[in-house]
Amino acid sequence: MTPRQRRIALVVGILAGVSVAGLLALSAFRDNVMFFFDPSQVAAGEAPIDKRFRLGGMVRPGTVEREAGSLDMSFVVTDFQRDVKVVYTGVVPDLFRENQGVVAHGHLGNDGIFVADEILAKHDENYMPPEVAEAIKSKHGGVMPVDPDPRKAKPET
Amino acid sequence: MIVELGHFALVLALLAALSQSFFGLVGPAKGQASWMAAVRPAVYAQFALTSVALAALVYAFVQNDFSVLYVASNSNSALPLLYRVSAVWGAHEGSLLLWSWILVGWALAVALLSRSLPVEFAARVLGVMGLISVGFLLFTLATSNPFERLWPAPPDGRDLNPLLQDPALAAHPPMLYAGYVGFAVAFAFACAAMIEGKLDQQWARWMRPWTTVAWAFLTVGIGLGSWWAYYELGWGGYWFWDPVENASFMPWLIGTALIHSLAVTEKRGLFKSWTLLLAILAFSLSLLGTFLVRSGVLVSVHSFAADPTRGLFILAFLVVVIGGALTLYAWRAPVLKSNAGFEFTSRESFLLFNNILLVVATAAVFAGTMAPLIADSLGLGTLSVGRQYFDPVFLLPTLPLIALAAVGSHSLWKKGRLRERRTGILVALGAAALLTAVLVLAVWEGAKVLTPIGFLVGGWLLFSALVDPIDRWRRRLSMTPAILGMTIAHASLGFFVISVTAVESYTRERDIALAVGESGTVGEFKYELRSLEFVEGPNYDALRGEIAVSESGVPISLLHPEKRNYWVQRQQMTEAGIDMQWSRDVFAALGEDLGAGRWSVRAQVRPLINYVWLAALLMAIGGIVAALDRRYRRRGEAT
Repeated sequence: MTPRQRRIALVVGILAGVSVAGLLALSAFRDNVMFFFDPSQVAAGEAPIDKRFRLGGMVRPGTVEREAGSLDMSFVVTDFQRDVKVVYTGVVPDLFRENQGVVAHGHLGNDGIFVADEILAKHDENYMPPEVAEAIKSKHGGVMPVDPDPRKAKPET
Repeated sequence: MIVELGHFALVLALLAALSQSFFGLVGPAKGQASWMAAVRPAVYAQFALTSVALAALVYAFVQNDFSVLYVASNSNSALPLLYRVSAVWGAHEGSLLLWSWILVGWALAVALLSRSLPVEFAARVLGVMGLISVGFLLFTLATSNPFERLWPAPPDGRDLNPLLQDPALAAHPPMLYAGYVGFAVAFAFACAAMIEGKLDQQWARWMRPWTTVAWAFLTVGIGLGSWWAYYELGWGGYWFWDPVENASFMPWLIGTALIHSLAVTEKRGLFKSWTLLLAILAFSLSLLGTFLVRSGVLVSVHSFAADPTRGLFILAFLVVVIGGALTLYAWRAPVLKSNAGFEFTSRESFLLFNNILLVVATAAVFAGTMAPLIADSLGLGTLSVGRQYFDPVFLLPTLPLIALAAVGSHSLWKKGRLRERRTGILVALGAAALLTAVLVLAVWEGAKVLTPIGFLVGGWLLFSALVDPIDRWRRRLSMTPAILGMTIAHASLGFFVISVTAVESYTRERDIALAVGESGTVGEFKYELRSLEFVEGPNYDALRGEIAVSESGVPISLLHPEKRNYWVQRQQMTEAGIDMQWSRDVFAALGEDLGAGRWSVRAQVRPLINYVWLAALLMAIGGIVAALDRRYRRRGEAT
């Protein structure tokens, strides 16, 4: 091969490699991205049945139940319009509590109960995940039922 | 009074930065020697003034001056002294001040160590750094003044977020910023070269140590953050593809590419415009990282308060810096052509592939980090991208990269004669195969698909990096710091891959419910809750458990996890109980009261996890050693 041919081969090889990587990334992306839904959307049947997604809203007061001494628990996530029951087994984060914002990862069973494998509640008692705040705000005519104090919110590094 | 002095000093620092950039950029253009001579004094003045400002803020924290809004929001009289100092950069305003101070610190170092550089060039480098300083000082003064007063002053402060009350996190931001901002030096060198339209091998030799040291700081900064997330957040892992982690990781990846591309530019005068582009990209990604974290657009542990004006300012600054630099690049880069060829298996082409793979990896991380933001702003729904995406797309380019490094570090410049080094490479591969077999079959049982691959490429790189030093030692040849540094960095990267593989393959974890006296099993480990008692700390009280862990009946650890209640913020915190053993971490964290006397306990045993951070630290040390090479300190004669 002449140096020129070799250079062309190199460029073609690199382009081919990069496009293969791009295609693989794209398919990994399509298969593994999780969408966010609020209880109203779930009630309207917009959420997928067979695929994992993120469910977000407030923990409805008085709905957190657990059998004493067991890791199995359930609670109701609400956006003050519709409710979705969530079941979960394991340790919940420190800031999980009633009337606070929560995001659950998992899938929806045929019975309409959300089976969570991960519960997120962020690290500030007044913090609400922005997507939850947005979902709730849009249902309350722009008024937040619980006001997260912006001066209080913190840690950044 | 002191606080106002700090504020005033910061305003004066802005003036010093303005004159630094004016004299530094206009002086050489006009050929005014006296103007260029004014650049260094401007740097000294700016450093002194920002130091006064930072000291004033530290003073306000130490003195518990709650009439300062920033102190009142982030400190408390019960806070221990160390954390009162680190609270200075515990939130937005103060960390920006720290950013500016570190930037001026780098400028000071350049001013002091650039006496051997041509006067015009040094002036331009400092001029560009002055411009960046102007941007950040303006930002601090206009949108995030840490010296703002609060009237009437509250009797006590709101306290520092308990999560940030930790020694590793006290050191994490300064280290990370030193890395971020260090790339500003590389950026300034690139801009100065483009303005001059001259880029030679000498230029690359000047720039290399600065870039490598910045990279080393960034490595330590990311490592500390990852370590903190492990033991303090109780997440129990080393990396989560959290958007803010990614924001610091992208400049690291590009910085790594830059270090390698600079090697080619220095030794062979090749890849010139590519090196410039990487230098621009590394700093742009550092700024983007700052933007992502500060503007609150990301859903993350790190970003809580969303302030649109701040986001807008950084975005505008980002556009000016990146847009300006890229315009300069489009205009000037064609002037800086390189004319030389190289053979296919020469070191140049290995480093070319290194760069391509690193850029592809960065692009994959970038796509995953930005996709939620883009989808959200286009109204395509709220989505999140997790490790199911990041793990495969990141490993795809990086696993070949590691194998390539194992071979490529033996290749020669220009010539494609790998054959002479074949024995060394193959011996290293054989040793790696042996290590893999021992680890998979004898030490730990069982394996996932990627387990042997990870051990093999990691081991290959580790042993392959040692071939050359052993050979030199046997032949009683000397080792330059450059070669020693490279050896340390590559060997630790191999070690890092081995440790990560072990953690990913052999971690045992389970959530269990335990009452005092009960025990539960996690794989071959048994966790027994011995007692629960109340204890009191300086600014919190806690429930403290004692958990005895045994492996196949043999007691191995006694853990003391805590559930803390911080008084001021009334925030509950998990303090994990971790027993660091030489080959593994035995970990337990208390969950919550389950009723019936039982508590949920997160139990984990992770092999080799501490070596993940140790390897990162060693990698950084390798960088520092390489940057100390004598050839960088020789007075710059033109080549």
